[in-house]
Amino acid sequence: MQRDWIMPPATGLGVCLDGLGKRFGERTVLDNIDLDVRPGEFVAIVGRSGCGKSTLLRLLAGLETPSAGDVRLDGAPLAARRDDVRIMFQEARLLPWRTVLQNVQLGLDSNAGATRAREALAQVGLADRADDWPALLSGGQRQRVALARALVHRPRLLLLDEPLGALDALTRIEMQRLIESVWRELRFTAVLVTHDVAEAVALADRVLLVEEGRVTLDEPVALARPRAHASPAFAELEGRVLSRVLNEPARDDDVNARLAA
Amino acid sequence: MRSPSVHLRGLVPWLMPIAVIVGWEIASRSGWLSSRILPEPFAVATAAWNLLKSGELVNDVAISTGRALAGLAIGGSLGLALGLLTGTFKTAETLLDTTLQMVRNVPPLALIPLVILWFGIDESAKLFLVAIGVFFPIYLNTYHGIKSVDADLVEMARSYGLTGWPLYREVILPGALPSILVGLRFSLGLMWVLLIVAETISAQSGIGYMTMNAREFLQTDVVLVGVLLYALLGKLADLIARALERHFLRWNPAYQGAPA
Repeated sequence: MQRDWIMPPATGLGVCLDGLGKRFGERTVLDNIDLDVRPGEFVAIVGRSGCGKSTLLRLLAGLETPSAGDVRLDGAPLAARRDDVRIMFQEARLLPWRTVLQNVQLGLDSNAGATRAREALAQVGLADRADDWPALLSGGQRQRVALARALVHRPRLLLLDEPLGALDALTRIEMQRLIESVWRELRFTAVLVTHDVAEAVALADRVLLVEEGRVTLDEPVALARPRAHASPAFAELEGRVLSRVLNEPARDDDVNARLAA
Repeated sequence: MRSPSVHLRGLVPWLMPIAVIVGWEIASRSGWLSSRILPEPFAVATAAWNLLKSGELVNDVAISTGRALAGLAIGGSLGLALGLLTGTFKTAETLLDTTLQMVRNVPPLALIPLVILWFGIDESAKLFLVAIGVFFPIYLNTYHGIKSVDADLVEMARSYGLTGWPLYREVILPGALPSILVGLRFSLGLMWVLLIVAETISAQSGIGYMTMNAREFLQTDVVLVGVLLYALLGKLADLIARALERHFLRWNPAYQGAPA
């Protein structure tokens, strides 16, 4: 068991959304979404708040049930793969009455769990805080514990719901690097929802834009990793996606022309 | 071991009671205060010592404490069980909560005539009064505690595969515990109030019996021993409740917890 923790196989799940839709009462939040994510791919979903990107992620996590269409993971229905999918929320959602280590162990068998939980904590650089209460940690440390809690289950699909949204700029960059390095090491499929276009371009193989419940942009990011925020190619891509998100009319045709090309 | 300033700070809360006792002793000695109304503290201490020597005091305190704890055990566990039930299951809530909320508005002491008719004046009447009094604070706070468990944490735990008893043990019960302990503290206060009333109405033993008996013989010093005993036992119950909170809620910075 320990061996495949240290030397993980390529374990990413392929994600296939087929005509996925979600309505809350009269309001259509997601409308007929078709999407294929390759095993091991890192996809970022950007969009304005209320565009349905978080709902899309919650559907992938099985926290909401679709009103139309379905989600298939490696060809199987979501319910059959529930144990392979883990989600990191915007807030760390640690149990305040459990120590850091016990939080990471949540849902594991107690015996093998402690060893694996310690390994996962070491992986996010918090091995020395194992016996602290969550209340004593900073916001960034709490999210690292939440990441360890997700990793300890060896997810084949990791869903990230703006997990860095509430962190300060420096901690964000640190966390982005950490997420990128564990993703490269463990080869899971990752879907990140964010409102930060720079974060999406820094981390993802592919950036999707969701607008009014539909995917309106699907932009591959062909930059070498690790990515330097300062490079011209990075800035150009970030600018292009950002102007598309902001729906600047002057550049709209420009972008569509490039997409068509 | 402790520094002198810590010692002094520990003494400050006791300055007021000590001043009252000293003033009271002076007032009694100088004859301002008739011993028929209020005997001097020294006489009260002597009475307490005599009662202790004869074994009466220990016997009565033990009997009263036994009654209080038995009532708490019955009413408290029923309140906890029903609170968990209505807090957890929607059907139980619809079925029971309205009824219980109605009954809650009846003061337990208003039931005394009925209780005497049902149980007579023996032990079960006292237990019933205490049990019904402590039931509601624990029931209400347990129900409220379960209802107010952070839904985000429950959602997180479910997405990590926890359901049924593990979900209950890891998330719902610990989340409700602060509220349940508040209920326990209220109950411990009510427990003594109800027991005093029950023992004053009729009893052949216990602190209430001791004081009512002393009243008939105009032994104000013994009456005062009883009153002070209730104060002491009430304070003791509160200390125990606080210790429980400090232990079970040590993860919460508000309870100054140190890591386990």
